[in-house]
Amino acid sequence: MTFVDHYPKATRVIKAAFLVAFTALGLGGLGGLLQALHRTDTVRGIISSTQYYDVLTGHGVLLALVFTTFFIVGLYQWGISRSLDREPENMTFTWTWFWVMTVGTTLTTIAIVGGLIPGSEISAAVLYTFYPPLQAHPLFYIGAAGLVVGSWMAAADWFWSFWKWRENNAEESIPLQTYMVLFTMLMWYISSLGVALEVVVLLIPWSLGLVTNIDPLLPRTLFWYFGHAVVYFWLLPAYFVWYSILPKLSGGRLFSDSLTRIVFIMFLLLSTPIGFHHQYADPGIDLGYKLWAVISTLLIVLPSLMTAFTVISSMEHGARQRGGSGYFAWMGALPWNRPAFVGCALAGIMFAAGGFSGIINASLNIDMLIHNTAWIPGHFHLTVGTASALTFMAITYWLLPQLTGRTLKYNKLALAQPYTWFIGMTLMSNALHRAGLAGIPRRVAEPMYRLVDYDPPFGTVDEMQWQVAVGGTILFISLIMFLVVVVANWSRADETAADIDDTLPSPLSGAEHSPKILDNMKLWIGIAIVLVLLAYTLPLADMVMDGLFSPGAPPSPV
Amino acid sequence: MHIHRFEKLWIGLSLFLIACFIGIVMFGFTVLDLKVPGGDPSGQTVDPMNLTETPFANPGIREIEDGQAEYEVYMVARKFLFQPSTGGALELPADTRVTFHLTSPDVIHGLEVVGTNINSMVIPGQVATFTTIFPETGTYGLICHEYCGAAHHSMQGQIKVVPKDEFDESTLVDADA
Repeated sequence: MTFVDHYPKATRVIKAAFLVAFTALGLGGLGGLLQALHRTDTVRGIISSTQYYDVLTGHGVLLALVFTTFFIVGLYQWGISRSLDREPENMTFTWTWFWVMTVGTTLTTIAIVGGLIPGSEISAAVLYTFYPPLQAHPLFYIGAAGLVVGSWMAAADWFWSFWKWRENNAEESIPLQTYMVLFTMLMWYISSLGVALEVVVLLIPWSLGLVTNIDPLLPRTLFWYFGHAVVYFWLLPAYFVWYSILPKLSGGRLFSDSLTRIVFIMFLLLSTPIGFHHQYADPGIDLGYKLWAVISTLLIVLPSLMTAFTVISSMEHGARQRGGSGYFAWMGALPWNRPAFVGCALAGIMFAAGGFSGIINASLNIDMLIHNTAWIPGHFHLTVGTASALTFMAITYWLLPQLTGRTLKYNKLALAQPYTWFIGMTLMSNALHRAGLAGIPRRVAEPMYRLVDYDPPFGTVDEMQWQVAVGGTILFISLIMFLVVVVANWSRADETAADIDDTLPSPLSGAEHSPKILDNMKLWIGIAIVLVLLAYTLPLADMVMDGLFSPGAPPSPV
Repeated sequence: MHIHRFEKLWIGLSLFLIACFIGIVMFGFTVLDLKVPGGDPSGQTVDPMNLTETPFANPGIREIEDGQAEYEVYMVARKFLFQPSTGGALELPADTRVTFHLTSPDVIHGLEVVGTNINSMVIPGQVATFTTIFPETGTYGLICHEYCGAAHHSMQGQIKVVPKDEFDESTLVDADA
């Protein structure tokens, strides 16, 4: 008996969400391969340099928004059903949010792919950030709104389950996995409000022609109000895996329940008020807000450093249970032959490197050396592109048997996949970081300019281009390996295998040691809202006061 | 609530590290004068559809005496060129404080002077302003680093920095031409 036998209804919606997620992963990954080859001038001609931006939009939207969000709702539905021991309260409502998200995604994808079809009236080469006055077809914005609204309904579904559970468990501490889900989604409600306002109030009326001109700074600021918190929306589900499942995969138990809760509280409080660190180089944002963003952004390093401690100490505990010893030699006793563990561990190592390059990004005046250069995609392919994506792929190897009732086939292919990803990403990401230091920009089809000579501080431009092309190709191969394993393991077994591993041990220091105040959601929501108001009220008021659409620039369809 | 002493130590060290990072940024900002671009100090915006009413009507380099800088450059970034600097290199004197003002009449652009820390967004309606010094003579490539449309990858320019005594003041433009 495993998850699928206990919660067959939840299983169906989880598998549906994973199906969309992995489809987006395959398509978005193909886009990534085309870009790596085109940008580095390794293979040109499959797409034109103009189409590069359509492909880049697809890559960003399908991976950063669609793959992540669909995987997260699947993973979190699993966590809620499992930790509260409940099926969803009303399957009609559950399938409604799934379909709102899916129809939205389809509309947005149609708008993007339309740009690749000659003669099509529909296009959306606005990239993942869709900064106006660049203007996409209205379907792009309407679909994106559907994806976000659907995810809000999913979160409401999980709160519903939680309140139902609470009716019979008035005194108990919130189960840890449910706690992580609910705090992630509280953060998501607060932060995605910004992009929802941007899209619904400003961009949809504008793309439909109801207003002609648009003030570029206001929607840009609303986007970044959401745009940094969204990275924690991708990351916290990886933390959910690292805190609640990885210790077990290592052979041990979580270090501390209460510190886990504190870390999630910190992310709820700090994720949204720091968006201005994406606007350090912007005119129209007063210096004071930028300086405040420096301090609050660097403070959010704390919960990630605490996570590093907890995760590594939990792994060490597991390794010692498995017979490991010594200061460092215990690492050798970890299960480096199990795909789910290997993927999570390698993702964690890469996240440490990504965290350090992120500290550079956060550092105001140092950021001017690399702002909008290849350094930035170098950074976020370590964070969302590995810490989140590789963790999601790895934990799929552990979750899928619980959803199908069959033990994992193609174990060796699954084991090789995270190692392959790690090699590909090491090549691509180090080269992108160094290319950024040389001043090579991001988001550009042809980075070699007639009037510009790059003088890299380390290595040569040719060598970096080569590493990006080879690294990108290896990453795509790794992606195919993952999809092959998923397809081979997708169908439901006739009879559930007896030896499916689905138990999670309790933490070393459990919920009985956690103060009640950590479970006081109203308190933490209140503080989070106050921090957001402090950071954003005045700058947004400044931008709105001269009129929502003024100073207005004319639309620029792409 | 029990917190292990190693974890307490770790949190303490983490906070110290964070304080160091903040300190480094502030040190650079105050002592080394490493600033970031900002808007017009008076908070003025411009009408992107009507730059002819603004100093951007006549982009180029001008002499000023405001105590901040000796020259100022008004530059317009538009699809897919910089005025001045795309048609022919913008000539600037070395070792001289120069204040840049940038805006855009169409979409969001970016300005990066390769090999320097000059890096700014250019947003329609806003005026990006920053002051810099080129200590070394030579030719600097200049690119738009924010995606601005189908030919974004062709948007580039050049700045030629000459010794201060060789700077040709005949390239100056009038403020209100």
